[in-house]
Amino acid sequence: MNLKFMKTAAYGAVLSAAMLTTSIAAECIAPANPGGGWDFTCRQIGKIMYDIKAVDKPVQVTNMPGAGGGLAYNHVVGERGSDADLIVAASSATTTRLAQNAYAGMTADQVRFVGAIGADPGVIAVAADSKYQSLNDLVDAILADPGSVAFAGGSAVGGFDHLKPLMVLKEAGFTDITKVKYIGVDGGADAITQTVGGFTQAMTGDMSEIVSFLANGDIRVIAVLTEERVPGFEDIPTAKEQGYDVVAVNWRGLYVPKGISDDQFNDWAGKLQQVADSPEWAEAMAANGLAPFTKVGGDFQSYVDGLVADINAMSKELGVIQ
Amino acid sequence: MDILSNLALGFSVALSPYTLMLAIIGCFLGTIIGALPGLGPSNGVAILIPITFTLGLDATAALVLMTSVYYGAMYGGRISSILLNIPGDEPALMTTLDGYPMAKAGRAGDALVLSGVASFVGAFLATIGLMLLAPVLARVAFLFGPAEYFALYLLAFCTLGGMASNNQAKSAIAACIGLGIAMIGVDSSSGLPRLTGGNLHLFDGIDFLVAIVGLFAIAEVFFFIESHGKGSAIGVVLDKVRIPWKDIVATRWTMLRASLVGFIAGVLPGAGASLGSFMAYMSEKSIAGEKGGFGTGVAKGVAAPEAGNNSAAGGALVPMLTLGVPGSGTTAVLLALLMTLNITPGPTLFRENPDVVWGLIASLLIANIVLLLMNVPMVKIFVKVLTVPAWVLLPGVTMISFVGIYSLSGSYFDLLLMIGFGVLGYFLRKLDVPTVPVILGILLGGNMEDALRRAMTLSDGDATYLFSSWIAIGLWVAAFAGFIAPMFLRNLLKKPQAVTD
Repeated sequence: MNLKFMKTAAYGAVLSAAMLTTSIAAECIAPANPGGGWDFTCRQIGKIMYDIKAVDKPVQVTNMPGAGGGLAYNHVVGERGSDADLIVAASSATTTRLAQNAYAGMTADQVRFVGAIGADPGVIAVAADSKYQSLNDLVDAILADPGSVAFAGGSAVGGFDHLKPLMVLKEAGFTDITKVKYIGVDGGADAITQTVGGFTQAMTGDMSEIVSFLANGDIRVIAVLTEERVPGFEDIPTAKEQGYDVVAVNWRGLYVPKGISDDQFNDWAGKLQQVADSPEWAEAMAANGLAPFTKVGGDFQSYVDGLVADINAMSKELGVIQ
Repeated sequence: MDILSNLALGFSVALSPYTLMLAIIGCFLGTIIGALPGLGPSNGVAILIPITFTLGLDATAALVLMTSVYYGAMYGGRISSILLNIPGDEPALMTTLDGYPMAKAGRAGDALVLSGVASFVGAFLATIGLMLLAPVLARVAFLFGPAEYFALYLLAFCTLGGMASNNQAKSAIAACIGLGIAMIGVDSSSGLPRLTGGNLHLFDGIDFLVAIVGLFAIAEVFFFIESHGKGSAIGVVLDKVRIPWKDIVATRWTMLRASLVGFIAGVLPGAGASLGSFMAYMSEKSIAGEKGGFGTGVAKGVAAPEAGNNSAAGGALVPMLTLGVPGSGTTAVLLALLMTLNITPGPTLFRENPDVVWGLIASLLIANIVLLLMNVPMVKIFVKVLTVPAWVLLPGVTMISFVGIYSLSGSYFDLLLMIGFGVLGYFLRKLDVPTVPVILGILLGGNMEDALRRAMTLSDGDATYLFSSWIAIGLWVAAFAGFIAPMFLRNLLKKPQAVTD
């Protein structure tokens, strides 16, 4: 046995992995490394589409991390503008970044948003032994002394996790937004660790990020940012019923290149609807803390347009962008 | 006994012939992946993930295969460190410091066997630690806030001076270059791009694997070209491979201490195996003192980082499984695999999926024994790598480097960047500036800055916050002692030998 053999073996492994992908029809780009929400979207939706025979060949998942999704966006807009076999995972983060001009000048109208089939409800949580019993307690404390509460979240400053508590505070009539302490850490679990450890007073993130910590009794969720209480988590009050009319969900969906025909667009919308209606997707959502949130086709496109306009206006107001 | 019955459950899952076969295949592939420069455990595992889906493996089988590859790669990383002076993966960096001089002194076989045994000790103890302490140690993460993390990274940088060079100023310059490179990308605290020149490819910063492969593998190729294929770095002679019992016995305490240090470093989220091997090496170096001869090819210098990094690999699984916070790049990829298999790691994993967790622990124990057998009696196979002439091996290394880096991001930009780092590495070595601190700067600089920025946000810019806990103060004291002590000791003691070719 020598190096040549070992190299052959290594290449064999690589090639056999590559060969699986040569005969594949559709491609789903996850604009991040394996493990995140976008990767989950591609892998789950791709797998279910194949399982329920919405597509006749397995969907190939390509991870294209970079610039918070900007690299993949650039790639789709610039090089794959009319590829009808391409879908790309998207979420609230995609629209937040587009609204804040974080994709180097690219805009939301350069692709078509085909649908969302599930949403991760926004949550605000505190450590189990925290003195804050409700969202009102927390907001009152910030109104009295903005420096007394620090938030930890999984997105960078100005990201969606940061915007969530600011939206609540804005509802409460608090205007000095820049006084609110927020640290962006590496994901929701890390944010919880910092909060349970007492380094920050509250955690802002998504429902899926807190499910296992909640079951373990480490944290208390003081508000979920949805219209109504989330099925399976009926004991968690909404922000709305506590007097702050804020809805912030992290939807999971797809966009497609702009240059495809309306028929092709509607075809993908239909396939996505099929996935949304499948028991497999219901199961995947339950296992990952997602709440049902289905908007496909033209409906979704107008929802996204509204969202981008809203976030853009709010970000300017907050001073996150000029 | 809870643990024994749990372990019995684990072994009943892991000892089926099918899973056993997967473990052996995983170990073999992993060792090769680890040994090949540029292909580290994280991209190795990432490349192999599609295979688990094709084979239709269930959660346990997929985990067994992937963690065998993971542990295998941690073992394999030492091979090219020792034989080629090119770390096979980033945690194996420290092994080059004593492993390569030892190999050049004609003891390549001893170094390989000893490091194999050290890897086994580290990984085995870490697996035991994972088993016994996972639920408890998961809580350690709650004690580390921004101030503590900042002090921890500071400690790493302060003890860096003098390592891999006998000129502290050059080490400091190299560390600053690394820190500067770490600044590139979107600043996480303000969302503004820094030093990117508007290039989207630079928004996420520079991947340290690109830097490592460039600085080590590609620079090596440049030196090879310069010497017209003569006098290449691969000049290690190997006579006979026997088991160096004397060295193994002599380093037994080193291995135990290094395993403990590595395990703790691994448990801390974000620190990972690189910090584990680094801390293990530096702590052993200071225990041994100057007469220990670290850097000249001593057995302890080979045993410490290998026990440390393999132990950290096991430790990194603790926060990954119990908190869902990956302790290293590779565990982040493993986390991805778990999520795709619809298993959400977190505090409840041990309660809700005992078969998965204990099956994994049992298979780690099995993988370890397989790897020890594979890496000690079969070490000759890997030494055969040397008989391949340099003009075949180095182009091969180059090719694998390109494939490995391209597989990371699928971007040609990273390939250009890698060549750029190769040029940088070439000139740095010509100027006798060590490249190891550059890498550590890139690796830890971003995290260190983030920790400082977060601490300042939380305290409204009050610097005393950095000394607000006993853990932080202890780390600061250790950092200063580590920085100042060598200055006073230098005149009293002989300077350490530089590792140069």
